[in-house]
Amino acid sequence: MSEENIQETLKDYAVYMKNITKVFPKVVANDNVNFAVKKGEIHALIGENGAGKTTLMNQLYGLYKPTSGEIYVFDKKVDFKGPSDAIKAGIGMVHQHFMLVDNLTVAENVVLGSEPKKGILFDLKFAKKEVKELSERYGLKVDVDAKIEDIPVGMQQRVEIIKTLYRGADILILDEPTAVLTPQETNELFEILRALKNDGKTIIFISHKLKEVLEISDTITVMRLGKVTGTVKTSETNEKELANMMVGRNVVLSIERPPTTLGKSIVKVENIWVKDNRKLDAVKDLSFEIKEGEILGIAGVAGNGQTELAEALSGLRKIESGSYMFNGKEITNLSVREIRELGISHIPEDRQRRGLIPEFPVYFNLILSQHYKEPFANRGFLNFDEIKKYSHSLVKKFDVRPPDIYNLAGNLSGGNQQKVILAREIGSSPKFIIVSQPTRGLDVGAIEYVHKELINLRLNKGAVLLISMELEEILSLSDRILVMYEGRSMGEFENGELTIEEIGLMMAGKRIEEIKVLEKV
Amino acid sequence: MTWIQAIFTALASPLFYKLTILSALPLVFAGIGGVFSEITGVTNIALEGIMKLGGFVAAVFIFYTGNPWIGLLMGMIGGLVLAFLHAYVSIEWSANQIVSATALILIAQGTVGFLMKPIFGQEGQTDFLTKIPMIKIEPLKKVPFIGEIFGELSAFFYIAIGVIIFSWFLLYKTPLGLRMRAVGENPQAADTLGVNVKGIRYFGVLMSGVLAALGGMYIAIGDIGQFQELMPAGKGFIALAAMILGNWNPVGTMWAALLFGAADAMNIQLQTLMELPSETKALLNLLPFVLTIVVVGGFIGKTRAPAASGVPYEKE
Repeated sequence: MSEENIQETLKDYAVYMKNITKVFPKVVANDNVNFAVKKGEIHALIGENGAGKTTLMNQLYGLYKPTSGEIYVFDKKVDFKGPSDAIKAGIGMVHQHFMLVDNLTVAENVVLGSEPKKGILFDLKFAKKEVKELSERYGLKVDVDAKIEDIPVGMQQRVEIIKTLYRGADILILDEPTAVLTPQETNELFEILRALKNDGKTIIFISHKLKEVLEISDTITVMRLGKVTGTVKTSETNEKELANMMVGRNVVLSIERPPTTLGKSIVKVENIWVKDNRKLDAVKDLSFEIKEGEILGIAGVAGNGQTELAEALSGLRKIESGSYMFNGKEITNLSVREIRELGISHIPEDRQRRGLIPEFPVYFNLILSQHYKEPFANRGFLNFDEIKKYSHSLVKKFDVRPPDIYNLAGNLSGGNQQKVILAREIGSSPKFIIVSQPTRGLDVGAIEYVHKELINLRLNKGAVLLISMELEEILSLSDRILVMYEGRSMGEFENGELTIEEIGLMMAGKRIEEIKVLEKV
Repeated sequence: MTWIQAIFTALASPLFYKLTILSALPLVFAGIGGVFSEITGVTNIALEGIMKLGGFVAAVFIFYTGNPWIGLLMGMIGGLVLAFLHAYVSIEWSANQIVSATALILIAQGTVGFLMKPIFGQEGQTDFLTKIPMIKIEPLKKVPFIGEIFGELSAFFYIAIGVIIFSWFLLYKTPLGLRMRAVGENPQAADTLGVNVKGIRYFGVLMSGVLAALGGMYIAIGDIGQFQELMPAGKGFIALAAMILGNWNPVGTMWAALLFGAADAMNIQLQTLMELPSETKALLNLLPFVLTIVVVGGFIGKTRAPAASGVPYEKE
């Protein structure tokens, strides 16, 4: 598709972004990008985190202004001052982090900003009717009277789509829409997208999951480091080719997990109950065991008690009842320090908030859990020589870039921040490690690295509890898998025993017994 | 008279209920003012200062003109101006709202303290001034018990009823109210839908200024008919507690204000009914404040604050 082609047939295109460059202080987020979307197609925009996909779309939606370049929407040159101009031009965007007001109802959220009126009063009845109509027309099932905080993520996403349709959107931008969905919910979303496409809507689908992109899209544009590396027809490409275009080199899509001999059972959790911040039960009656040299994966949609489980096992949150044994010793509700001294470490899910002190240099971050011990502290004073010596060796061993221990942790890229955390947590050769979302927001290269380190730890007889919302990650690393739903275990099985669809059903609340019954029929 | 007897005697007299309503009035005004500000996402702990300034400005204009209604109007404008300072630094400069509001309280104190002598010729308190009139309803007055409570009340009582109804309608039944609630909960979401976040926040804070000033004026020119430098003596903070207990809802705030009013009324009744040593009286005076701590401590977490309250909104 050459540029002349596009210029001639501009009428066939819903969106044409020409020579777009967007410069932020310090970074060029989009570098002379050309991006064209045909009317009525599902166009996938893929690339690693930080490739510039969202920045490009935010310019189309009027949230940012391009530094240079032109944008055409339906054959007309546009210059959006803000999202409301884009909305008027027929563009709707479903953001990765939903833009919903938690304590308002579904109907109120949809009409906010363009409310139907009866005199001076807000006409809630009419609003509800409109929302119902849209919901029925495209199969977007929602409960119009429910408050956002009470409905599941899948429904919240449907509310976001209805919001754009209510404002008359003909072009829908969906930013990583499947990140929060179960495989079944993803299929439902795809049905909806097909219905919208049949109705003549144009859809731009941002993702980094290649399988999904191949399933749903007509055309795929790949971005890397702020540039477009190619636009291809979905029917003429495959996963391998796309991955190489995204990363710029050959990638190992799945990691090798060599067989090991399991040691004795080292972690034993029995019937534990944990409450969340709102004092509601978040983990309910959960039990499992982990052996030395074993990775137990916890699968589940975000918000089903995984966070609370990780916090409870690392000593950050109180275990209300049940028993938590390590090496045959009861360690329920010991303090964080007591738990760490036993050789248990923790990679928290929120790197910046719980994993690091961004304002501190790398060398302080590297000794944080051991700062009070010899040789790093002597009679209450820090021994900087020892700290720096140790940090230098870790930075080298874990390949932190740049290899500068004086750098502030907050200035590192996400992947290198995670390396610092890995160095601290794995560098002390733990006997048991609780790992939460270890690769969230990392690029393919960094993911490879993290996975390799976890596999190494497993080979060295470490026990690993891996919590991840990415089912692929769970499947490629775990020896056994436990699925959590609403704080309960839906069942536990050997990796490979169940299909992705079956695991998806469990993530949506079906127990393993029910699935095995289905299998027999 | 024993404690139990005194409490029951108080509960049986219409005076207790009248005192409850009167003590609740300033809390209703200022508390709903707090609701208006916080529901759009700006905390306003300066209610105390705005009440003081509102009462003072009203007193000044009544002192010069003799007309309490002019005083009322100017007092409201005074509250508006003070609240505008808070709105401006909180919204335009993303200032820390607690610090900004604290500064406001100090500004109000300083201004009043500085101007008392030059204007009224005396410090501490003014002479008696023309009050906002009482409204008598003769037929109602004849009804036993009820008549003694509602038969003759300050016009402020009826203004308060109006404020409660108006604010409930505005917040829950109009597009503006929906936008206010959305802005206080998730300003980013509202912004992406073209809602004017700054404008809505200005409106909320300015309304809190007008309403808190009304509360301060009731104490000065509705109740006693005199402005005292120590007014409103902590009522602005109790109003915040009423707002929290009322779950940031105008009607809820009214009920909470009545509860605090009842504590105040009981304190007054017990002190008149019983012969108490002065130490006990001093302790009893603390009753409304103790109740405040208990209520706020016990209910925070059970009620739900607007999620973006106190958080400046900045794009990108």
